[in-house]
Amino acid sequence: MRSVSIVGIGQIPVGEHWDLSVRHIAYHAIAEALEEAGTEQVDALFVGNMLSGSLLSQEHLATLIADFSGLRNVEAAKIESACASGASALRIGHMAVASGMHDVVVVCGVEKMTDTSGESTTAGLATAADAEYEAAHGVSFVGLNALIMQRYMYEFDVPIDAFAGFSINAHRNGAKNAHAMFQKAISLDAYLNAPMIATPINIMDSSPVCDGAAAAVLVASEQAGTYVTGHHPGAVQILASASANDTIALHDRKDPLFLEAAYVSSQKAYVQSGVTPADVSFFELHDAFTIMSALSLEATGYARRGEGWHLAADDAIGPDGKIPISTLGGLKSRGHPVGATGMYQIVEAVQQLRGEAGAGQIGSASVGMTQNIGGSGATIVTHILGG
Amino acid sequence: MSIASLWRTRQQRYSLQGEICPDCHQAIFPPRDVCPHCSEAAGPLHTMSGRGEVYSYTKMFNVPDGFLAQRPYTVALVKLEEGPMVTAQLTDISDEDVEIGMPVEMVTRKLREEGEGGEIVYGYKFRPVLAAAD
Repeated sequence: MRSVSIVGIGQIPVGEHWDLSVRHIAYHAIAEALEEAGTEQVDALFVGNMLSGSLLSQEHLATLIADFSGLRNVEAAKIESACASGASALRIGHMAVASGMHDVVVVCGVEKMTDTSGESTTAGLATAADAEYEAAHGVSFVGLNALIMQRYMYEFDVPIDAFAGFSINAHRNGAKNAHAMFQKAISLDAYLNAPMIATPINIMDSSPVCDGAAAAVLVASEQAGTYVTGHHPGAVQILASASANDTIALHDRKDPLFLEAAYVSSQKAYVQSGVTPADVSFFELHDAFTIMSALSLEATGYARRGEGWHLAADDAIGPDGKIPISTLGGLKSRGHPVGATGMYQIVEAVQQLRGEAGAGQIGSASVGMTQNIGGSGATIVTHILGG
Repeated sequence: MSIASLWRTRQQRYSLQGEICPDCHQAIFPPRDVCPHCSEAAGPLHTMSGRGEVYSYTKMFNVPDGFLAQRPYTVALVKLEEGPMVTAQLTDISDEDVEIGMPVEMVTRKLREEGEGGEIVYGYKFRPVLAAAD
């Protein structure tokens, strides 16, 4: 297996892009990544996307995007694993280059969620769950996370404001990211007075519906020197790439309050890279809901079961904390265009490791971890990147 | 869900028909081909009692297409007395009275209507155990 490096990144600001279609936002990210890598030719395009079929009536998405991007005679395929589609596509790209099957691959995560009504998008997102035994009973995706959060608060005697710190940290960091959807800090009062979506999850616990696309160019590390010339900011190596699954339905989990797939995929990634949790400079976790931040920290070795929320209360998750998370806003503030999110995490990790994160830059960032979750914890993909 | 899918799952939605694993004797709902507990072949069919308790719950204000007429409503994870957990709506109860651990029983209710002239989907919901039923 060859070591794989990222030599180009691109992203469109996350938001409601009424004036652009899925092909436009994907091309924006791909073009930026290819330009930075200084190449026009790739062997393959892998697209991470969840909802193009159900919301846009557009499948065969990777070929549509390759066509629009001027990438002809290349391999193009869409990778879908709900909200973990972005990182899953990166893993396929990583495998293609690591194996020697391809030399240059571009991976793009893209999602267009604002072309449809809120109810249609909510129904689309619920397809990440078991259609016959979860969605059929009217539970939304927020609802599933609310069921976890309610039980967590009951079992560990957690106060309702315990999760505020996750949201406040994400917004404080997102305010420094020009690509974030909400570039605005929020107060504790704003959190406490936010309207409920599904009790106990309020709007400030939840990431927004939005559009976005982010891309990266992958090459073999031994060939990265060819691309890193002139003003190029430098290659970032993928030190680990791992994925694990759990039951698709929340109600079938052995322990609905523990992200076993996050535990397994992060352990695999720690072994692959030789990195320990203490070596990680920052952690782009999947804060689609504040409860997921707590559970992710518990499953990856940063907190004991039931104690992840203490890290927010103690502000150990801030830019100068023990384990900075959501450093450029996370899913909460940068936004969560579902199939694109995993690639935004990768792009932001590369920005941090190059020292190009601007006002959101973490001091001495040498190792970054990203973790992308599909469903209510059913598919979890972990990557570790280094400079 | 399609008509075919609704027809296939009718015994599960109308009577909580699951299985008892012949190897490890654990209850399974809905029926599977492979036992999730011991990985041996699952079966034979077994109908659950319909009794259980609330493991967690949420009152949902933003709901998916198809459920707009009912909102807001409460969805729960119900731990059946045989062991499996199911996702279902609570009914015949006011929001303030819902508590984790409360005993509930299965009832058959309308889950959704697929618009004018469309199918009406029935299935299980859970209500507090009635005192008179004891």
